[in-house]
Amino acid sequence: MQRPYQLHENPMSRQIIFAVTLLVTIGAFAFTVSRIMKYFSFTRPAFPIRDPGKRFNLMLKVAFGQTKIFRRPVIGFFHALVFWGFCVILFGSLEMVIDGLSGSEKVFKFLGPVHSFFMASGDVFAVLVAVSIIIFLSRRLFFHIKRFEGPEMKHRSHIDAATALTLILLLMVSLLTMNTGYVGSKSISGEEIAGLYPVSAIFAGAVNGMSEKSFLLMSEISWWVHILLIFVFANYLPYSKHFHVFMSVPNVFLSRLEPLGKMTNMDNITREVKLMLNPDTAFSAPAGDTPPERFGIRDAEDATWKNYFESLSCTECGRCTSVCPANITGKKLSPRKIMMDLRARMKEKGPLMVENGRDYSDNRSLIRDYISEEELWACTTCNACTKECPVNINQVSLILDMRRYLVLEEASAPGELKAVFNNIENNGAPWQYSSEDRLNWAKDLEINVI
Amino acid sequence: MTTLKIDIPVMADLFARGERPEYLFWVGCAGAFDDRYKKVVRAFAKILVHLKVSFAVLGKEETCTGDPARRGGNEMLYQMQALQLIERLKAYEVRKIITICPHCYNIFKNEYPDLDGKFEVINYLQLLNKYAEEGLLKFDPASLKNITVTYHDPCYLGRANDIYDEPRELIGKMTGRFVEMKRNRSFALCCGAGGAQMFKEAEKGDKEIFIERTEEALNTNAEVIATACPFCMTMITDGLKYKNKEEEIKNLDIAELIAMSLNL
Repeated sequence: MQRPYQLHENPMSRQIIFAVTLLVTIGAFAFTVSRIMKYFSFTRPAFPIRDPGKRFNLMLKVAFGQTKIFRRPVIGFFHALVFWGFCVILFGSLEMVIDGLSGSEKVFKFLGPVHSFFMASGDVFAVLVAVSIIIFLSRRLFFHIKRFEGPEMKHRSHIDAATALTLILLLMVSLLTMNTGYVGSKSISGEEIAGLYPVSAIFAGAVNGMSEKSFLLMSEISWWVHILLIFVFANYLPYSKHFHVFMSVPNVFLSRLEPLGKMTNMDNITREVKLMLNPDTAFSAPAGDTPPERFGIRDAEDATWKNYFESLSCTECGRCTSVCPANITGKKLSPRKIMMDLRARMKEKGPLMVENGRDYSDNRSLIRDYISEEELWACTTCNACTKECPVNINQVSLILDMRRYLVLEEASAPGELKAVFNNIENNGAPWQYSSEDRLNWAKDLEINVI
Repeated sequence: MTTLKIDIPVMADLFARGERPEYLFWVGCAGAFDDRYKKVVRAFAKILVHLKVSFAVLGKEETCTGDPARRGGNEMLYQMQALQLIERLKAYEVRKIITICPHCYNIFKNEYPDLDGKFEVINYLQLLNKYAEEGLLKFDPASLKNITVTYHDPCYLGRANDIYDEPRELIGKMTGRFVEMKRNRSFALCCGAGGAQMFKEAEKGDKEIFIERTEEALNTNAEVIATACPFCMTMITDGLKYKNKEEEIKNLDIAELIAMSLNL
C-alpha cells in the first residue's frame, strides 16, 4: 500500500507548537478564572447545595433537555440545536487536543461505533448549528426583535452578541472544511476513514479534481483554524455575555430547588427578633463573634455567590424582560438589566476590592449608581421572569434583597408602604381597621338547605 | 327550601370547650376588611358548612401574616408578625390551615417553616377539588352551563406554587364553556397587585398592569372572569370599571361560582 502523504517534514515541531499554544490558552484562562474566583470570594453565602440527585435531574431536564428554552418553541428549537451540537462536537474537540499533543490521528477511533456516532453527529450538527447561527445573526442584524432592544442594550452588547455568533459560525465552517479535507484525502489515498462524515462526504464528492495534497492542506489549515478559534473563543467568553456557554449548565445544577414563591429567610433578623420577643434568650444565645453585616444588598459584594453566578450565566436574551408586567406597561424595571447591572458593578468594583480589600468604597454602589429605587419598587414579584429564564436565574430574589437593604438600612420606602408597615404593626392588618371588626363578614350568614 | 342561620365557629370558643377542629380557616385581611371580598369569604364559608368540614376561624385574633411587609422589604416587621402568629397557632394546636388568599397560602406553606411554623397548608381550590373528585361536592351541571368563564391565574398560586389544574377542573365541572386567555397558566400576566403593589401607586409607565390584563380577559368574550385571589379581584374589578364593562362582565371568585352553582 502506498505510504500516506506526509504534510509535515517534522511532525514533532507541530506538536511543540500546539503544546505551547495550548499552554498559553490554559494559562490565560486560568488567570481569568482566578480573577473571577476572587470576585466570588467577596460575595456572601447562599443556600446550601443539597439533593445532588434532584439537581442532576433538573440539569438533565432544563439544561440538556432545554425544556425552558422551548417555552418559545420555534426559536427555542434552533437554540436547542446549537446546544446539542456543542455537546456532540465537544467530543471531537477533545480528540483534536489529544491528537495535537501526541501527534496521533483520530485517537478515539478505537471506540469504534461510539467514535463514529460522535463524528457523524458532529458533522451533521455543524451544519445545523451554522444554519441556526445564521438565523440568530440575521434576527439581530436585520430584524428589530423587541427583546433585543432596551436601554440596557448598549452598542457594546450588540457587538458582543454579533462577535460571539460570528465566532461560532466560523467554528462550524472550519469544522466542515476540516472534515471535508479529511474525507477527501482519505478517499484518494484509499486509507480507512475513521468515523462517519455524512455531510462532509457529500462536500468532498462535490469538489472535483482536488488532489490529495490539496485536501490534506485544506484539512490541516482548517484543523488549526478550528482549534485556534476554540482557544480564542474560550478566552473571549469570560469577558463576554457568552460566558453563558460555560456558566449556564452549572447554574441550572445550582438552582434553588424551592417553590418560586418562597423568599429566603434572613437568619440574622430572626436572631434579633427572637431577642426582642424574648429577652431571656439574650443570655443563652451564643454571643455573635462576627461583625454586624449589612442587611440586604446595597452593592456587588452584598450579593450572594449565587446572585453573582447567575449574573455571569445571563446571556441577555431578554425573555425575562419581555414577560415582565412592569416592563410591558412601560415602567423602568427590566429584570435583564438588574442581572447585567450586578455583573457590570462587580466588574467595576471587583478589581478595586482585589487591590484594596472587601471594605473598600469607591463612593458608588449597585443601588442608585446602577439600579434606581424606581426600578426596584416596580416589581410585582409575579415571578414571570424567573419562570421564563432558560437557565433558572432568580431575578426576583435579587430585587427583593435590594428592597430589604432600602427598608432595613435606610428606612426608605414609598410613603404608602410605610403607612402599610405602620398599620401592620399597630392594627395587625395592612389597612387601618380594628381587629375587633375582623368577624363582621360572618354576620347574618344564612345557607339554603333543601 | 329553607334557610339556616350559620354561626362561624371561633377557635378560642372551641378551644375553651375542649374541641379541636380539623382545620383552621384562615380568612385573611382582605376577607375581613374588603367589602367586595367579604362576599367571597361568605360564599366559601357556606361551602365549608355545606360540606360539613370541621373548621374554625381565629376571628379577632387573626393578624396579617406579614406578606406585604416582607415583599415590601421589611423583614423585621414580617418576622415579628410571623413569630407571634406561629406562637398563637401552636397554642391552639393548629395542624391544618385552609387559606383562600394565595399570598397567605404561599407564606404559610413556604416561608413559615423557616421560623419553625410547620403546618399542613391547603389552598381552598385544592380542598374543593378534592371534595369534587371524591364525589362529596356535587354540582348541578345545568346551573351555570351556558355561562362563558375565563380564569385569571394568581401568580402566587400559579408560578409560585404550581397550582394550575384545580381551578380549571372546578370550573370545568360547572360550565362547558371555559375559555383561556392568550397568556395563561405559567405564562399568565400578573394583575399588578403582587409584591405589596396592592398598597401603593404603580411606578410611572404608559399603562396600568391591571388594564392590560383586563383587556386580555375581555378579548376572550367571557361573561365571567373568575379569580382566586383578593388582590386580583380588586385589580380586575377596577379594570372592568375602567373599561365600563362592570355591568355586562362579572368578576367572580371560584368560591362564589361554586356557591351559585350549589344554590347555597
